[in-house]
Amino acid sequence: MAKKEVIKVQECPAQERIASFCEVVLGYNEEEALKEAGRCLQCKNPACIQGCPVNIDIKTFINKITKKDYAGAYLTIKEKNNFPSICGRVCPAEYQCRKACVLTPKNSHYASEAAINIHFLERFAGDFGKDKNLSLSQEEHNKSAAFKVAVVGSGPAGLCCAGELARQGVHVTIFEGLHNSGGVLRYGIPPFRLPRNILDFEIDCLKKLGVKIVPNLIIGKSIMLDELFKEGFSAVFLGLGAGIPSFLGVPGENLCNIYSANEFLTRVNLMNAFQFPKSHTPINIGKKMIVIGGGNTAMDAARVAARLQKMNGFDIDTTVFYRRTETEMPARRLEIQHAKEEGVKFEFLMQPVAFKGDDNGYVRTMTCLRCQLGSPDASGRRKPIPIENSAFDTPCDIAIVALGLEANTILTSVTPELKTDKYKDVLVDQETMQTSIAGVYAGGDIVGGEGTVIEAMGMAKKAARAILDYLASKKK
Amino acid sequence: MKILDKKILTDVAGTRVVEMKILAPEIAAKASAGTFIVLMASPEGERIPLTIVEADRQKGIITLIFQEIGFSTKFLGTLNAGDSLFAIVGPLGHPTEIKNYGKVILIGGGVGIAEIYPVALALKKAGNHVTTIIGSRTKDLLILEQELKNTSDAFFVATDDGSYGRKGFTIDILNDLLSKNTYDIVYAVGPIPMMKRAAAVTQNFNVKTLVSLNALMIDATGMCGCCRVSVGGKVKFTCVDGPEFDAHGVDWQELEKRNKIYCEKEKHICNLTIKNG
Repeated sequence: MAKKEVIKVQECPAQERIASFCEVVLGYNEEEALKEAGRCLQCKNPACIQGCPVNIDIKTFINKITKKDYAGAYLTIKEKNNFPSICGRVCPAEYQCRKACVLTPKNSHYASEAAINIHFLERFAGDFGKDKNLSLSQEEHNKSAAFKVAVVGSGPAGLCCAGELARQGVHVTIFEGLHNSGGVLRYGIPPFRLPRNILDFEIDCLKKLGVKIVPNLIIGKSIMLDELFKEGFSAVFLGLGAGIPSFLGVPGENLCNIYSANEFLTRVNLMNAFQFPKSHTPINIGKKMIVIGGGNTAMDAARVAARLQKMNGFDIDTTVFYRRTETEMPARRLEIQHAKEEGVKFEFLMQPVAFKGDDNGYVRTMTCLRCQLGSPDASGRRKPIPIENSAFDTPCDIAIVALGLEANTILTSVTPELKTDKYKDVLVDQETMQTSIAGVYAGGDIVGGEGTVIEAMGMAKKAARAILDYLASKKK
Repeated sequence: MKILDKKILTDVAGTRVVEMKILAPEIAAKASAGTFIVLMASPEGERIPLTIVEADRQKGIITLIFQEIGFSTKFLGTLNAGDSLFAIVGPLGHPTEIKNYGKVILIGGGVGIAEIYPVALALKKAGNHVTTIIGSRTKDLLILEQELKNTSDAFFVATDDGSYGRKGFTIDILNDLLSKNTYDIVYAVGPIPMMKRAAAVTQNFNVKTLVSLNALMIDATGMCGCCRVSVGGKVKFTCVDGPEFDAHGVDWQELEKRNKIYCEKEKHICNLTIKNG
């Protein structure tokens, strides 16, 4: 049997997209989706489904696409995933379903190019459903209709849990601390990866299901957890997200123009600093922009930095410094490739050890040590070992530190009954996602540390099922 | 989020200090001395932190006082009673630790006078002997004089130009007081140079000193790290670890520089606005 050709997804050309925040991946058209779906081997024991954190019936939905039953494909995905248009865009599929695909050789770090482009097919079906307004309607048995549930945080976990509960007729109120909803989907992920109209559409769908969203309200500051119960909520889901950005802890790190990736991205994505002065929030751009880290957030920051340079009349000069090599980078392969296409440079095996500034306190150089890879560490990746006497200075006008996040303790610090682990993440029962407080459930980054959007949604779905059981038991 | 009342407290050569009363029942219910809010005047606005000067729990009203010092505060100052803010969230930050310390000195400089007012009230109520020193460039810039006088056991004023009270700085009065008497704690809020000098003076006399810092912020929930300051050699986030810190440990130079990160952008946006009327 002749090997069928992998169907490449259409993209906005690098030269064009670099001057804007328009979407990079344009997605499959019908013909392309049919061809790519036609490559699926329809395995008897499809490993891809196990590779998906929420176990979408990938085999069935792809089969439906081949039969042009796009609505069927959409509804198949929706059984497990509320937001296919979002996940089809942001899921690191090459580490999940595509890595498990039989077309990826065993023991690969990530999916091979030959693996079925499941995420692009998911996106195709998701967008079809969105455009045709096929969003699942409220289920008929409103068993839990009398109950009110509070969801804290409107990120991936919160939105997902709210959707699951609302479809069962539960009255859901989401409390969001920021002025706009979506959590990391809005402040973290740039619009060129997840266009805002897609996010807004999904949030509007939730509102149509009856979900109420209250912005500008921090549970643990304005309203305490126990007060939610007093106000008539029968259960609470905590989708607090990860909070505090990690820094390197090296001299000079508080110099001006050294940003956490969270700050840099929040200024641009949430506060629209790229439209300054129309938007009043400023951001500084420089000739030499450096991003430190190797994850998706580092890629997002670097690609935003390159765009801001281009949009502000600078030559693109943004470099990612990472202490391991490209193979060990946790970022999505597609993101690394896109960053390269957009002119982002990479320096591997680099460990920043200091920053130096000018008299006004602005960063001017970064001092780095070169590294070599040693034996694998706890993460299974080879550990970077700094090489002695290898220090050198490199010019740096803006540095963006993308080293991950630690737990946000705003709520846990004022709620001693809410048990946490040594990382200050909320402890839960793995089966039900219930916390140490009866009726309080949690999911997403506040439980597992930094994870993916789909992992957060997986936890939220689990929690939603447990919350429905909990509400049912209360009714008896 | 509705603005119920607006008062111009001072207006000296275009430098206005404005008081706004805002309907925010959830915030008023939980507000305590030392806490702050973050607000956006419009959907395009910056998120700016302001201390909660007063909170009326019954009526659900909070009072904010700000100086029109940069673009966003000037923009906020264009709003009037009846207008609504786009967003307001709080109370944020750790409240001031209120207890009977014994003899306390409160120092307020410029618009910082507004920030010591709730602390003065709370400390007085807790049984402290309260000495208040307020100061500004000139007489007409002083705010809350009567209110603070009424709350204090001893009260002093300094103006840079000598137009009212003692000619000179609040720090001079602080130095005199500490030379003559012993005090248990000093609480200072004002421009960075004032707080820095207050810290230097009290360090000489070995008196514990708290300052409330005015770092730049965005989310103000610990998410971005924009407001990081070095205190006692450790990196702290003003929003979730502060806003109050031990004055003797603060790296003032760093804070001063970090607060000027956007001074060029600020000029740009202010020029544009002036040109466009």
